[in-house]
Amino acid sequence: MGRHWALALSATLAIVATAKSAEIDLAAAIEAVQRVGHLGAGNASAQQSWPVLAAAAPDQLPQLLEALDDSNPLAANYLRAAVDAICERTLAKGEKLPADALEQFTLDTSHVPRARRLAYEWLAKVDPTAGDRLIPGMLNDPSVEFRRDAVARLLDAAGKETDAEKLKPIYRQALSGARDLDQVQTIAGKLKDLGEEVDLSRHFGFLFAWRVIGPFDNVGGKGFATAYPPEQAIDYDAEYPGKANLVRWQEHVTVDPIGAVDFNTILAKEKGVAAYAVAEFQSEEGQDVEFRWGTMNATKLWLNGALLAEHEVYHSGEDLDQYIAQGHLKPGKNVILVKVCQNEQTENWADSWKVSIRVCDETGTAILSADRPEKSPTQSVEPKPANL
Amino acid sequence: MLTARTNRWLALTVGGIVCLTSVAADWRQFRGTDNNSVAGDARLPTTWSDTENVAWKTPLPARGVSSPIVVGDNVIVTSSSGYKQDRLYVSCYDAATGQQRWQREFWATGRTLCHPTSANAAPTPASDGERIYAFFSSNDLICLDLEGNLLWLRGLTYDFPTAANDVGMASSPVVSGETVVVQIECEGNSFAAGINALTGETRWQAPRPAQQNWASPVVWRGGNGGKDVVLVQSGDRFTAYDPLSGEIVWEFPANCSGISSALAHGDVVYVPAGGMTALKFPEPGKPEVAWQENKLGAGSASALIHDGRLYVLNSAGAMTCGDAKDGTVLWRGRLKGSFWATPVLAGQYLYCVNQEGLAQVMDLAAEGNIVAENSFGEPVMGTPAIAHHALYVRTDGKLWKIENRGQ
Repeated sequence: MGRHWALALSATLAIVATAKSAEIDLAAAIEAVQRVGHLGAGNASAQQSWPVLAAAAPDQLPQLLEALDDSNPLAANYLRAAVDAICERTLAKGEKLPADALEQFTLDTSHVPRARRLAYEWLAKVDPTAGDRLIPGMLNDPSVEFRRDAVARLLDAAGKETDAEKLKPIYRQALSGARDLDQVQTIAGKLKDLGEEVDLSRHFGFLFAWRVIGPFDNVGGKGFATAYPPEQAIDYDAEYPGKANLVRWQEHVTVDPIGAVDFNTILAKEKGVAAYAVAEFQSEEGQDVEFRWGTMNATKLWLNGALLAEHEVYHSGEDLDQYIAQGHLKPGKNVILVKVCQNEQTENWADSWKVSIRVCDETGTAILSADRPEKSPTQSVEPKPANL
Repeated sequence: MLTARTNRWLALTVGGIVCLTSVAADWRQFRGTDNNSVAGDARLPTTWSDTENVAWKTPLPARGVSSPIVVGDNVIVTSSSGYKQDRLYVSCYDAATGQQRWQREFWATGRTLCHPTSANAAPTPASDGERIYAFFSSNDLICLDLEGNLLWLRGLTYDFPTAANDVGMASSPVVSGETVVVQIECEGNSFAAGINALTGETRWQAPRPAQQNWASPVVWRGGNGGKDVVLVQSGDRFTAYDPLSGEIVWEFPANCSGISSALAHGDVVYVPAGGMTALKFPEPGKPEVAWQENKLGAGSASALIHDGRLYVLNSAGAMTCGDAKDGTVLWRGRLKGSFWATPVLAGQYLYCVNQEGLAQVMDLAAEGNIVAENSFGEPVMGTPAIAHHALYVRTDGKLWKIENRGQ
């Protein structure tokens, strides 16, 4: 009897030791892939460690998913490939994924959105009810992918709704969660059909009240690096030598639903030029924000005199949130300065000289200036000198 | 009169080419293992339909405009999805059955904007027969083995943030020996790079013009005295690199196409510049223009050679046949529709698939007579692959295998 006990005890200890060793191996492997960095650094040890990750047991998935919280984009891809390999292998063997743990992870908003989404997508493969149970409650989720799915479900529901009275509330609810332009435009179109206008500029947080100055010289692209006077100081009363004439600040209010500040219209259609636009933003508190902008032109963006980002790219595509820069708003007045350079390409598709800028949080939810009116302007304002 | 040194160089070159061209019937990278769009001995059907010669078709996880590649009995395809085009897929299918063997998904680490007709999955993956090198518009380069195990990955826009193009990048990587060569040319940081195929480390990085470019590098097997060179084209130059060291073997000033890629055939290199420019090499490393012909200008598709004739397709569907020796235009034909995909050759038949997914089969033995038309019913942007006597086509949502059935 005693001998049997001893055998059982040693077997149990061996299992515990093996499990402990596997945990240590997994933790070390995670650390190894998290050291992957720029220029291929760390790939060699990550290559050794990835098979350890991929061989992990299904009940170790939460550990791998949690590691995504602290991983750079390259390390994240090592980890997600391992998660996929584990899940694929487990299902191929006819075994079960830890559905409860995956659901718990999905709903835990303290984790990074991508990790939660990864957990959810494997959960949805083994639990066909997961979408119906979880997605409707994710309209205001930190994950834009979950939000998008939740909005899509509301749009589907609206498409099946036969009672016109119930449509507006559904679309309004969908709009409250929608952050992607295509969905917002769809909802805005539906609400317009129902007699309700959506203020797109406000929904996205586009800046609309600007002061503009230019054109300065950008022949040969040299203006991008040239620090013209607005980069030294903002003085709305000053006038400076421009490309051909003296230039001075003028007010401009854009009524474009997506906030386009079109220098071809405000100034003149010209090539080889640079212009500046300034907007003031009243923040009630110090807060981290994102500046997102779209343009076909080369741009530099400053917040309160500090350069946040620069992109010397011309006519290479345009999108709503083409460029993103993080910034910190101070309480009170903040000054946002953008420089927009047009090159000398002669093709008609290279005429565009404009920019749209918005302020939002990391989910794309608008952050509005404290002095922003309830409704964005819909009437054009003729350009006039800024000091009048 | 050829010098003894030149003779030896030519012998090594041609010998190397013959040897390497017959490596296998795989189709391991864009326009085939040798980047020439030719599977000369393949026997393919000229007609197919729902009930005839379609071995299988299988849904893909997402869109893409990249081509399939075939390595042994694996068919590998890349795709991308997501509102931001930031989800990347590498999928492997059993060539015999079309069943998915494995799929790996990644998040893009670089810029993902692209034209709506394109996709992040625009570059065609490459393989050396043991590993897969999947490349995306976001400049993510991912190395997997044939079982889907991740070996290494690079984020080349993550490393060089201005290396990006918001219309979308499309240049496909090539493999030579143990080096993967990528070409990244845009208005920002532009370069060609040789990446160690085993480790993902950068062997070399060479600056390239900061100008948008979607053309792909080409491996000229044995083109440098029996050693490979990688040919890289830009708006103002055509460069031959030693793939291992990145050393420039030779360079030629040329206003090259930014989409259609070059072709190496025997001891001549055909450069899509000034219509078409053929380069000959009386002395090693010293290119000279053999001929130049404006009427042989390609559109998006790349040229190919069959039986001493050069075939060039423009974007509007005009096929021009020229004499590869001197560029003399021999005949012109018209295909239906417009084209992104490069035609591929099996035997005497040229398979030309237009944007709408209509495959037109051209008989090159009959001056380009169209002998059959077969519709895939979906847009086709990627160049088909031919391997092991089968045609693989990636349509908007599916992967197809076409082969002779019941014969």
